[in-house]
Amino acid sequence: MEVGLKMTMKGGGGDHVGGCDKEKMGFEETELRLGLPGGGGGGGDGEVVRKRGFSETVDLKLNLSSKQDTSGIDPNDEKVKGLHQEKNLLLSAIDPAKPPAKHIMLEIDESNNEVVLVVKKETLHNILIQEKYLNDYRAQVVGWPPVRSFRKNMLATTTQKSSSEESGEKAALVKVSMDGAPYLRKVDLRMYTSYHQLSDALAKMFSSFTIGNCGSQGIKDFMNESKLMDLLNGSDYVPTYEDKDGDWMLVGDVPWDTKSCGEMQEEKLKEVGVVNRATCSFDL
Amino acid sequence: MNYFPDEVLEHVFDFITSHKDRNSVSLVCKSWYKIERYSRQRVFIGNCYSISPERLIARFPGLKSLTLKGKPHFADFNLVPHDWGGFVYPWIKALAKSRIGLEELRLKRMVVSDESLELLSKSFVNFKSLVLVSCEGFTTDGLAAIAANCRFLRELDLQENEVDDHRGHWLSCFPESCTSLISLNFACLRGEVNLGALERLVSRSPNLKSLRLNRAVPLDTLQKLLMRAPQLVDLGIGSYVHDPFSEVYNKLKIAIQRCKSIRSLSGFLEVAPHCMSAIYPICGNLTFLNLSYAPGLHGNKLMKLIQHCRKLQRLWILDCIGDKGLGVVALTCKELQELRVFPSDPFGAGNAAVTEEGLVLVSAGCPKLNSLLYFCQQMTNAALITVAKNCPNFIRFRLCILDPIKPDPVTNQPLDEGFGAIVQSCKGLKRLSLSGLLTDQVFLYIGMYAEQLEMLSIAFAADSDKGMLYVLNGCKKLRKLEIRDCPFGDAALLEDVGKYETMRSLWMSSCEVTLGGCKSVAEKMPSLNVEIIDECEQMEFNLDDKQKVDKMYLYRTLVGHRKDAPEYVSIL
Repeated sequence: MEVGLKMTMKGGGGDHVGGCDKEKMGFEETELRLGLPGGGGGGGDGEVVRKRGFSETVDLKLNLSSKQDTSGIDPNDEKVKGLHQEKNLLLSAIDPAKPPAKHIMLEIDESNNEVVLVVKKETLHNILIQEKYLNDYRAQVVGWPPVRSFRKNMLATTTQKSSSEESGEKAALVKVSMDGAPYLRKVDLRMYTSYHQLSDALAKMFSSFTIGNCGSQGIKDFMNESKLMDLLNGSDYVPTYEDKDGDWMLVGDVPWDTKSCGEMQEEKLKEVGVVNRATCSFDL
Repeated sequence: MNYFPDEVLEHVFDFITSHKDRNSVSLVCKSWYKIERYSRQRVFIGNCYSISPERLIARFPGLKSLTLKGKPHFADFNLVPHDWGGFVYPWIKALAKSRIGLEELRLKRMVVSDESLELLSKSFVNFKSLVLVSCEGFTTDGLAAIAANCRFLRELDLQENEVDDHRGHWLSCFPESCTSLISLNFACLRGEVNLGALERLVSRSPNLKSLRLNRAVPLDTLQKLLMRAPQLVDLGIGSYVHDPFSEVYNKLKIAIQRCKSIRSLSGFLEVAPHCMSAIYPICGNLTFLNLSYAPGLHGNKLMKLIQHCRKLQRLWILDCIGDKGLGVVALTCKELQELRVFPSDPFGAGNAAVTEEGLVLVSAGCPKLNSLLYFCQQMTNAALITVAKNCPNFIRFRLCILDPIKPDPVTNQPLDEGFGAIVQSCKGLKRLSLSGLLTDQVFLYIGMYAEQLEMLSIAFAADSDKGMLYVLNGCKKLRKLEIRDCPFGDAALLEDVGKYETMRSLWMSSCEVTLGGCKSVAEKMPSLNVEIIDECEQMEFNLDDKQKVDKMYLYRTLVGHRKDAPEYVSIL
């Protein structure tokens, strides 16, 4: 059973629900704070979970209508602060290091011309159960799992070192998948300061699959920082690669960084596949 | 039997090297006992409290090599307080006083002080080999003494010890005249080492075959060392971080290619995964690869590396290899005998990347597999049954499901049938560690089928005393039994106390045994030391026999109660 995360959107256009007060109320009701195992990660700090939270249904409505009001948002606005809270909330729910993005989906609601961001209920449930379990266990069970303390300490030091090297530049990269799309995308959540911006970006990312022609421009815009931009000019083919989860990802979403032991490494390019966007078929 | 003069028998006995065989030989008759004991050079003592140094020296005056083990196995997992015991000093002191010409000392889970190391280094002229595994209590000052005073040192092998690193110049303490080193392993040291001294040491050690560096040794030093020691057979890389376009990297590639004898590779304590291609030239000859301290190496880089290692016999890896990576192992490493998969994040929930699938793949692809240590997220009975069919040759089978009471996720059943299949199929099984949801049934199988079983580790398992009884009655060759968090009580403990004299030791913690039960064992069996470890000092104030004992460790001994136990240990 799927339950979507519903956030009412600030900003013009479309079908967003009501005015300020309603929004505020909406935030409290659906407030869902997830503490992450280890206490680090995307922003949650082991806060209390309110079980009520994930029985609410929440839909993130992304409006693809061109009449959308894209005016800037005053960061001091109360509602914007609320939006920041929500963003943290979403960040916690979509910790890049944790459950794979298949549990967080974009669904196209063609009747309303909307794209809906959906988080599976089981996912949220599992995160919570596992975290509680872990906390209980860590507190009570000495010597489990049976790993030599020497080894535990060594690995802790190694991991600390590599994460402290990277922490300054760490992007909050989140995988995003859309039903029916031939490849997945990665979004750096740090780049957006509001849901409005996020929704715009996601809409642009996936618009090519619903609208057709005008998509190519959108994709190219996103490739601004990629060294591969030239390859795409006028081409109906895009380079993709298979990541460690077995998903096909569009090349370029993850910043080019030779120090990163993530997905984009020199030799990886030799293994990339290529997707024909027109036909959405794979060529390897 | 007495037709041959002693010298001839002695010469024959020289060919008998296994401890077990020599022990048997000594039991044949008095004259064989006498000849054997004078000719014995190597002695293994599995529990340092089972015998005293004095008696050892008296029986084996020709002793040259001694292996000692101290703390019980569960001490590795913080279940035994640090000062519980296992001090090596009294042994070294006694040996130093005697006329024993000690040449080799191998210690595991013992407390080794700098004082002991210094005494060791000064007392035995021909001392050649020091191997310390999972020991603690010493600093680099002690190592400096070894380096400075052991003129004919061939081997200094430090494995996974907790060493207080004073960042001294212990490496510089090897005199210029020391040219005899064959093996040097200091990978477990955390501090800086004098790189110049290291280079000079390696340069003047033409017999050096095994070199394992620590994290503080950077790549450019590694390159220089390899240039000076192309004869290496065993290499442990410290830091492997560098720019793939640099001069140093090119030099490294050349240096590595010259090392045609390397069969064993470990370390990568810091690793830049995009530079692994320099290693490929030597991968084809590797028989042992240990990447269990290299969490930075995973995914395709790791798989590509493994694809080059066709002759691998032993592989130690982290679980970030994933089931898919294990599939690559199964396709590539047809000679594989031993696999160890360690958790990269011991507290990670749901992110452990290996499951039963990876194990099944390896069992199908590697028919010679006989030794396993596998930390995984989950396991199914079906998988274990398949593994048992594919690999009937297991000698060691240690499975650790990170959730200790997790059932088969597919059927929701306990894992009794799966482990049952393992013990039934693997007739030569000597060591077994269980995990997951388990009832008394699995112990019935173990008692019935595990005829060669010598060591069994149990945690969070069983429903009643019956479980323990099945094992004690069935496993005739059982030597070590360690149990934690199981519902075994006095009835099981007291059923056959004579059995414990045939075993090295029994550990029971967080079980149902009472003080009274333990006292009863101690009373009936004077040849056993029954230790109660009570850190909370409950026992002092409440000597009620019905009180449950938190930790009990009992072992057979020829020398009665030990005198060096701390206050919280009572020997009944």
